[in-house]
Amino acid sequence: MKKLFFILVIFFNFNYAYSLIEVDITRGNLDPLPIAVSPLHVDAQSDNLQDIKVKELGDLISSVIESNFKSTGLFNPLNKDAFVQKPDIAHLKPRFEDWSLITAQALVTGKILIKDNKLKVEFRLWDVAAAKEMVALAFTTTPTNWRRVAHIISDKIYERLTGETGYFDTRIIYVSETGPKTQRVKRLAIMDQDGVNVKYLTLGNELVLTPRFNPTNQLVTYLSYFRNLPRVYLLDIETGIQEVVGNFPGMTFAPRFSPDGKKIIMSFAENGNSDIYTMDLESRLVEKITDHSAIDTSPSYSPDGKYICFNSDRSGLQQIYTMNSDGTNVKRISFGDGIYGTPVWSPRGDLIAFTKVRAGRFYIGVMRSDGTGERLLTENFYQEAPSWSPNGRLLVFYRETKSGNDGEGFTAKLWSIDITGYNERQIKTETDASDPSWSTLLSK
Amino acid sequence: MTKSLFYSISFHALMIALTVLSLPFMIRQPVDLPPIISVELIQISDKTNIPFAPKARKVIEKVKEEEKRVVSEQAPPAAKAKEKPDRIPLPQDQKEKKEIVKKKQNPEEVKPEIRQASEFEKKELVDTNQIAALIDKAKEESAKVEKQDNKLTQSSVKNSFATGLTLSEEDALRAQIFGCWTVPLGLPYDDNLLVRIKLELKQDGTISKSEILDHERMNRPGQKFYKVLAESALRAVRICQPLKVPQTGYEKWKNIQLNFNPTEMLKG
Repeated sequence: MKKLFFILVIFFNFNYAYSLIEVDITRGNLDPLPIAVSPLHVDAQSDNLQDIKVKELGDLISSVIESNFKSTGLFNPLNKDAFVQKPDIAHLKPRFEDWSLITAQALVTGKILIKDNKLKVEFRLWDVAAAKEMVALAFTTTPTNWRRVAHIISDKIYERLTGETGYFDTRIIYVSETGPKTQRVKRLAIMDQDGVNVKYLTLGNELVLTPRFNPTNQLVTYLSYFRNLPRVYLLDIETGIQEVVGNFPGMTFAPRFSPDGKKIIMSFAENGNSDIYTMDLESRLVEKITDHSAIDTSPSYSPDGKYICFNSDRSGLQQIYTMNSDGTNVKRISFGDGIYGTPVWSPRGDLIAFTKVRAGRFYIGVMRSDGTGERLLTENFYQEAPSWSPNGRLLVFYRETKSGNDGEGFTAKLWSIDITGYNERQIKTETDASDPSWSTLLSK
Repeated sequence: MTKSLFYSISFHALMIALTVLSLPFMIRQPVDLPPIISVELIQISDKTNIPFAPKARKVIEKVKEEEKRVVSEQAPPAAKAKEKPDRIPLPQDQKEKKEIVKKKQNPEEVKPEIRQASEFEKKELVDTNQIAALIDKAKEESAKVEKQDNKLTQSSVKNSFATGLTLSEEDALRAQIFGCWTVPLGLPYDDNLLVRIKLELKQDGTISKSEILDHERMNRPGQKFYKVLAESALRAVRICQPLKVPQTGYEKWKNIQLNFNPTEMLKG
């Protein structure tokens, strides 16, 4: 009887408990995340170096990190003047109240030590609201590498806060252009993704076109005209050694590496008909992939290497097609107005970037690999050649604009844009620039 | 002549009689009156609670009086009495926890549809096997536990018909969190982006305990974005505190679940 009574009491107690209130939050703000990058504290025991001002290094590294974050459009680095806590103490134990007072949601602190000609950099990322450490790492390198360390730190923080891999420790290769349009001098140039550390790789005697990075290492393939004949070159950026892969007949276009880096895919014209070919870099065997009377150009592999997207005018106007890597199962995927060109498969595999020309205007856009969900990201007088950032988040391309009062001259510059269509910004280069190609992460 | 006249008159009379009886408009149906429905007019108050029926009110008042009497006879509750009754570890509870730990160690075994029961959810579960153990335990326990049970019953009776926040209260809370939540932009649009956070709140709206449900998903391969999303939601709640909660009815909103889902917003 007593048991029954207790069962009843418990039963009614459960019944009287409140049903849990649930509130759905389906909106938030898309404002950039406020982040405080405290200058890195320079350890007093650090050695002095002739070339580098050690005391300023902490400020310099934090400035590079800040400008990286600002360029993403996803973060809002807070003004250093508002910081209350000094770097030396902040690195050990931040006073989170002080940082939340200036609305920081994330905080970066760090320490630098130079000993025996080695630079040691420590950094910590803090969640201000939760008052806890999110990530902490230390790097040791030669002091002249401090910029790269700043980029690697930026990558680690970006990855921790967005869930995507970063793209700061990367380089962009492009064609540097100088001189008037009729006598343009074109040289291969390479720089860090933020436009610093520019190096010129060719002298400008020959016309160079379409440099492309190998996805697995720091090799570059490009097209150059030697005595008016197109040649495909391979260039090792680290050693500067170049080699000719082959002389190809007629018009040759846009050589590009396969995802495993073992093949080059390109188009060239044989007997007046342009088709797509691959060349094995080891055996130098050339294989014909498409065989059609139409003009097939601009091939690009999917990241898994199973498919190829390319241009073709087999339907009348130039459109984008996909096919298996052996040339079978050709499918047209673009059906909009205008003509489509330069398709490039995203490193994530989900999207294909392209250039579209409609009514005399040029657009850079993306579509899914099955051709659905076409989105035009940016429109201008003349722009083309999109190239993906290694995380598939950004596109870099070049844009020509008329200059001079009567529009008689023109300038070509590199621009980047987020796949959302936001955060379009110019990448500053010393000279005019075209045909950019984004490398993979240098430190994997 | 007289005979034929008689026949004519009698046949005419018969025809008139048949016509009168057979034509439908001549038949008068009785009026069908609808049944009378009694309507009780109720004035809707701000809290939109249904008033107690007169009978129930009498019963409740009787119960209240009895309980008041019981409470007054007992000693005032000690400070420790505020502890939750189910903090006492039961053997079954411990077993359950061990099982969960096993699942954590082998993430491959965890199927997507299985989600780990949180501490909050465990409280709500009624396991019939445990009831006997609870009763035995309850026998041994001091009057302290009984007192707490009574306390819960009292407050439950007060608000037994009221569940949840009013719409305006819910809107105020939602609007407050909208402003604090910075949605990370690198999210895959096609994936499940629901993050459920359970909060235990203090009376002033500050958070005494927060928990991400489905937190085992954060460590699964390919779900890095989920960790980032969950952290952003948790950050939003922390930045927002004290939350805009009603001044009354603490028991109602002491435990609250926030379901963060940016899918609609990202897809536009």
